[in-house]
Amino acid sequence: MILRLALLGLLLGLVLRPHAFVWMFEPFAPDRSTAIYDRASLLSLSLNHLALVAAASLAATIVAVALAIFVTRPAGAPFRPLSRTITNIGQSFPPVAVLALAVPALGFGARPTLVALFLYGLLPIFENALTALSTLPPRTMEAARGMGLNRWQRLAQVELPLAAPVILAGIRVSVMIALGTATIGSTVAARTLGEPIIAGLLTNNTAFVLQGGLIVGLFAVLIYDAFVQIENRLLDRRRKPVARKVA
Amino acid sequence: MIEIDHITKTYGDINAVDAVSMVIETGTITVVVGTSGSGKTTLLRMINRLVEPTSGEVRINGEPTHAVAPYLLRRRIGYAIQGHGLFPHQTVARNIASVPRLLDWPTDKINARVDELLSLFGMDPAEFRDRYPQELSGGQQQRVGVARALASRPDLLLMDEPFGALDPIIRARAQDDLKEIQRKLGSTIVLVTHDMDEAIRLGDRVGVMDGGKLVQYAPPEDIVERPASGFVANMVGDAERPMRLLSLIPVGDLTEDGAAEGAMLPDTASLRDALSACLWTGRDAVPVERDGAQIGRVTLAAIRHRVGQHA
Ligand SMILES: Nc1ncnc2c1ncn2[C@@H]1O[C@H](COP(=O)(O)OP(=O)(O)OP(=O)(O)O)[C@@H](O)[C@H]1O
Ligand SMILES: [Mg+2]
Repeated sequence: MILRLALLGLLLGLVLRPHAFVWMFEPFAPDRSTAIYDRASLLSLSLNHLALVAAASLAATIVAVALAIFVTRPAGAPFRPLSRTITNIGQSFPPVAVLALAVPALGFGARPTLVALFLYGLLPIFENALTALSTLPPRTMEAARGMGLNRWQRLAQVELPLAAPVILAGIRVSVMIALGTATIGSTVAARTLGEPIIAGLLTNNTAFVLQGGLIVGLFAVLIYDAFVQIENRLLDRRRKPVARKVA
Repeated sequence: MIEIDHITKTYGDINAVDAVSMVIETGTITVVVGTSGSGKTTLLRMINRLVEPTSGEVRINGEPTHAVAPYLLRRRIGYAIQGHGLFPHQTVARNIASVPRLLDWPTDKINARVDELLSLFGMDPAEFRDRYPQELSGGQQQRVGVARALASRPDLLLMDEPFGALDPIIRARAQDDLKEIQRKLGSTIVLVTHDMDEAIRLGDRVGVMDGGKLVQYAPPEDIVERPASGFVANMVGDAERPMRLLSLIPVGDLTEDGAAEGAMLPDTASLRDALSACLWTGRDAVPVERDGAQIGRVTLAAIRHRVGQHA
């Protein structure tokens, strides 16, 4: 918990008061005046970065979960192999290639980046949702049918809640990938935390690279941790194997 | 009344259930007993259409089950699944309340019903209501599974080995409770088990299954006294037969005028109890009472004669 707060403090400091960290980055910069990236506010870059990741992951979640639900219904079962192939292709395209292909169609900026992040996010969520929905405890499913829950009630009240922790783990993986991949978006002029990194690479200024990288890394650690906490909370009581003694 | 009419279920080229017909009277307990794989579960699941029959039909009060949407049919029929099948993500209370919620009962009525059922099964509502299934013992999970099936007071209750995970003492009590609940509510119960003792103890009628076929369907006395085949006789157990028979006959049936020494037995006790009392205390006869007054006696000779009729 203390570590978590410390990391959060460091992150807020880096984003809100970058100039307080001159001492930290100075050794890596050509001179003191260029130790801190100030061509754009790190706060606005961070917010933009997160917004891109959130939008892409949300869209990927909706599409991937809907697809997984569809192919685990009797009507959708024939499409299962096909849907796997499609999401796998999304994953195996290098992100730079996706960007390069998307720019002519969508122009520079946030849009091609969104497309790349979206395609990248599909597979982990789809795979997890598919696994979770097709390995539900058969007796529980049978009981749900036996009690007279109709298809939608079974999906909403039994299948999705039971699958939720595994689906959430898929979303976590997908968000992690998106956080990192979004930095590449800067090459097509999307405003992300890739900006200081690329600027640093172009001007041989390691300080910029470190700043961008550090901020992305800290976001990743904290968001990962938040996901794991939610997943554990969902699983917490379900998994407890022995009776709790109530005084 | 439930009429099962030449119902067959074929998987590949085996008949899991093979042209079974039986009539189940309203307000009775019917127990289907058989070895593992004999088709008991399949038969039971065809009643609420969890399995669609390959041929034949089931009628409930004259209405064919295939005329009703499956999920509506199932809400009217309680179902306690083999191995409980509780929802791991819901509390005990929510599990039990599943069907009443589907039927839109008001919340306070649901809560009262949950507490009533938990108490009935010997589980303190305050302690167990908010637990999750994983926080219960196997026997407790099974009782919650049965409570869930009873929750909406269905007229028809299907139970698939509901007492399998219970130890003998709790099991006997759960069986007595079930019988009492059934008498009180007048519900119709079809129960599946592989335990002949349970079948004889609970069933108004017992159906014996072997390889998908219903080989005998009769009151428990007939199953014990006149098994239709070697298989049924084997299920009943040759050495156990006299005892099983005696446990089904009340002392009242053989009570005759006359005196006897020692502790009295009520006329509702079984002949098995009477025999045991004779042997244990070295008597040739036991006095029989009703409402505290002696009404006669039952003799060892009469018991022996009763068993001898079918030996
Ligand atoms: N979905 C299925 N697909 C193929 N075969 C099945 C299926 N369900 C049951 N069977 C077969 O049908 C037969 C009867 O099975 P059923 O479950 O009705 O037996 P049971 O009497 O309930 O046994 P147990 O006491 O072990 O529960 C078995 O041979 C089983 O393998
Ligand atoms: Mg079975």
